[in-house]
Amino acid sequence: MNIFHRSPRTKEMEEELLSHLQLRADDLVRSGLDRAQAERQARIEFGGRERWKEECRQAMASSFLESLVQDIRFALRVLRKSPGFTFAAVFTLTLAIGANAVVFGILDSLLLRPLNVPQWESLWGTMYGQNTVWQSYPNYIDLRDRNHSFADLAAFNMVFVGLDTGKDPSVFNGYATSGNYFDVLRIQPYLGKFFHASDEHGRNSAPYVVLSYAYWHSRFHEDPSVIGRVVGLNKHPFTIIGVAPPAFQGTLMFISPDFYMPIVNEGQVNTEGLLSARGSDHAVFEVMGHLKPGVTPAQAVADVNAVGANLEKSYPRDVAHGTTSLSHEGLTSFGPDLKGFLAGLMLLAGLILLAACANLGSLFAAHAADRSREVALRLALGSSRRRILRQLLTESVLISLVGGAAGLWASIVLLSRLNTWRPFPGTAVRIPVSPDARLYVAGLLLALVSGFLFGIVPVRQVLRANPYEVVKAGSSRRLGRRMTLRDVLLVIQIAICAVLVTASLVAVRGLVRSLHGNYGIDPRNTMLANINLAMAGYSIDKVPGMQKNMIDAMKTIPGVEYAGLVNGYPPLVYTAGTRENVFKAETNDLRNSNAAANPYRYEISPGYLAAAGTSLLAGRAFDWRDGKDAPPVAVVNKDFAGKMFGSIDHAVGSYYKLLDGKRVQVVGVVEDGKYQNITQDQQPAMFLPIMQSPASASFLIVRSPRDPPQLAAAMRTKLHQLDSGLPVDPKTWDELLFVVLFPSRIATMSLGVMGIIGAMLSVTGIFGMAAYSVSKRLRELGIRVALGAQRTQVLQAVLGRTVKLLGVGSGIGLLLGVLATRLLAYIVYQATPRDPLVLAGVVLAMAFLGLVATWIPAQRALSVDPMMLLREE
Amino acid sequence: VTDQAQLLPGTLDLLVLKAVSLGPLHGYGVLLRIGQITNSALLIEQGALYPALFRLVRQGLLKASWGVSENNRRAKFYELTAAGRKRFREETEGWNRLATAMTAALAAQAEET
Repeated sequence: MNIFHRSPRTKEMEEELLSHLQLRADDLVRSGLDRAQAERQARIEFGGRERWKEECRQAMASSFLESLVQDIRFALRVLRKSPGFTFAAVFTLTLAIGANAVVFGILDSLLLRPLNVPQWESLWGTMYGQNTVWQSYPNYIDLRDRNHSFADLAAFNMVFVGLDTGKDPSVFNGYATSGNYFDVLRIQPYLGKFFHASDEHGRNSAPYVVLSYAYWHSRFHEDPSVIGRVVGLNKHPFTIIGVAPPAFQGTLMFISPDFYMPIVNEGQVNTEGLLSARGSDHAVFEVMGHLKPGVTPAQAVADVNAVGANLEKSYPRDVAHGTTSLSHEGLTSFGPDLKGFLAGLMLLAGLILLAACANLGSLFAAHAADRSREVALRLALGSSRRRILRQLLTESVLISLVGGAAGLWASIVLLSRLNTWRPFPGTAVRIPVSPDARLYVAGLLLALVSGFLFGIVPVRQVLRANPYEVVKAGSSRRLGRRMTLRDVLLVIQIAICAVLVTASLVAVRGLVRSLHGNYGIDPRNTMLANINLAMAGYSIDKVPGMQKNMIDAMKTIPGVEYAGLVNGYPPLVYTAGTRENVFKAETNDLRNSNAAANPYRYEISPGYLAAAGTSLLAGRAFDWRDGKDAPPVAVVNKDFAGKMFGSIDHAVGSYYKLLDGKRVQVVGVVEDGKYQNITQDQQPAMFLPIMQSPASASFLIVRSPRDPPQLAAAMRTKLHQLDSGLPVDPKTWDELLFVVLFPSRIATMSLGVMGIIGAMLSVTGIFGMAAYSVSKRLRELGIRVALGAQRTQVLQAVLGRTVKLLGVGSGIGLLLGVLATRLLAYIVYQATPRDPLVLAGVVLAMAFLGLVATWIPAQRALSVDPMMLLREE
Repeated sequence: VTDQAQLLPGTLDLLVLKAVSLGPLHGYGVLLRIGQITNSALLIEQGALYPALFRLVRQGLLKASWGVSENNRRAKFYELTAAGRKRFREETEGWNRLATAMTAALAAQAEET
């Protein structure tokens, strides 16, 4: 500020004013006053010297820039004079712009910024979802060779392998990719070389590994001599041939792999036979490629669909072709949900900004009303209205820029913490957000727009200002009884805040409900260990014996009640789930369209149901007699029994057909549950004995009331007694549930934060309004008290209007919140604002906020001392 | 104070030009001169004069230079520039036209039919 002070011209002006005072004093002395009196009198007659100096500076400013500097200087002085007002305004904006910047930063990083690969504009991935079936390897090969739209098509799958580099064996995650993967993405190795399509010569023909830069850095400390070294992937020898560049972190936004290996060797580290199964949807996670020049995405979709329809005709049993869609790489199946979620959040953040603007608008209007005398004077002196408006706008924009800068700074701090956050410790999951130029521009724009938005609120007031009336009457006019602009703004603001509070309460209720939902399992007191016998080099014929040994070993641990095993993943772990078509027993043509149901399929050991806490409703569970040579049997859930057989009673003892044509008999029915995630509708599920379909990847489940760390240690000891080379890392089921609960947790957290910000805004808004009306009417209140008004009457007089507005605003907000159910359903599971608890909660919360916000003004109104006030003026 | 009339917006500038047109004056002198020629009928807050003076200087209608007052005080003196004289003539004419029209309008009697 000092740079504007004391320019030579300012000095000269001060000198001139001083000379005026001297001349006037000289005259007064001549008329008989003594010198000191005369000088005092001269100063009084002159009027507010600081204000006139200000006016003079304004009058002298000739260029636009000069008057802008004047405006800013003046604005700073005004703001410094009312620090409370300035702080409230800046703080409000910091919150609002910060919230918007954070949401925009996430949106920008995840949706607007593509993968870090060359020419990403023409790189498209086919959507992975239940309606598209490009996930089997033979389908991928056919699509690659038959389409006319893509220059080339690459594919990848996620694999988890035991990587033995000489130190202790541990589990790492990687991509199994088609040979052309790096060439399709057009990236070059950082070190060594990549593998290519020409390296693929049939199954298990390309035992090569490319390391990610991050893994090379952390595990090998950037040692260039690792190129050519042989490492064990699930005990199979693979040669390290290259390192990927640091900027390339795979083709999935949230998961960066440690290494890349050719997909033709996937059988060595994943389920054997995966590559040849056309019906499997586990061989390929995603297919992608650059469109040929001149081909539009719409043409490509039509092309892909044509190939799909063709395949469906050729392989009616294995291929059910849904409608394909294309999307830019990186988000895959998260895309639509994430977009809906972020759009919803952005909308809420926008509402917060709107509420903040309404808040600041009414603050500014009050501020401007207090200054109406000053404005009128300047108008009377020939200052143009435009000039005065510019001055007011300078103030608001200045505040908004400061608030915007603070909000942006806070958001950058938050985003960078989010960027380094690993939501699931020990996994490669990350949230790659980083602020870029777009965020700064967005922050600046938001600040400017909101500055103008709340800056123009008092404009009408200024334009209407009548220079004579205000100057004569002063500013102590009583507040009007009619609805003012400020009232409308307060109602808008409270309504928005009530919507936000409703949203956050709905989210919290949804989370609570989903936490206490019935999952069909009992995750308490259970310990899970992911054990892949292939990682320790077991061939598939040795697997069943070893699995039985492991289960028996678990049962010898003191305090263990039940132990069992499930192939692949248990329900609700890592959102994994396998579904398979089933048929009525009498169906012979096992094509897709004849399927009776598409249940989740679990292969479980005897003891699994008891260990998982899934209760048996009818019939029996498996025992070890349901072995390889025993008749095929199944346990199904209630939903399956109802869909397939009409009722539980009919189900037990009945037969149905599996996809491979095997007739199985239902021996038991268990309760319904959630399988892939907690938000899905009830789905059928079937459980088959592991002895009849062995697999090496499995989860061991142990139920015991013992302390988890102790139990985990005991499990590790027992398993290492069986095989010391087995990677074992037991976790509680609750810990693993964190992943499926993650989206609702995040949604609840974000909505909760929005609700809190909204609540804070409404408190400041109501407080501002109440405090202002109390301070304006202190004199009147004093008179009322002097005339014998009761406390309730005083409160009624001064706060009645605010409370009424609060009621109206909350009512509107609640109504809007209820109407916004569909929007909320995008964001949170089981969003039902028509929940008496939520409704009551909103009403209580708003009433509480109103009480908090009006407490201090009410105290001030009650403590009014009539004598003091009447003595003033 | 109450029998002094309020100033119409914009009239202050014209009064200042008039005062200065009678000979160079410092700021306080302008005030005295206005008081004198209006018989103190118009109220001007003393400080309010200076923004008007500076605005007129900026517009090139007045020029200012430091000098010494009659009682030996350093003071800044204002006089009309050529542009200022021209503007003063125009404004005076404009004001006279308005005043004549207003006077005539207010003096009009209802015509008998």
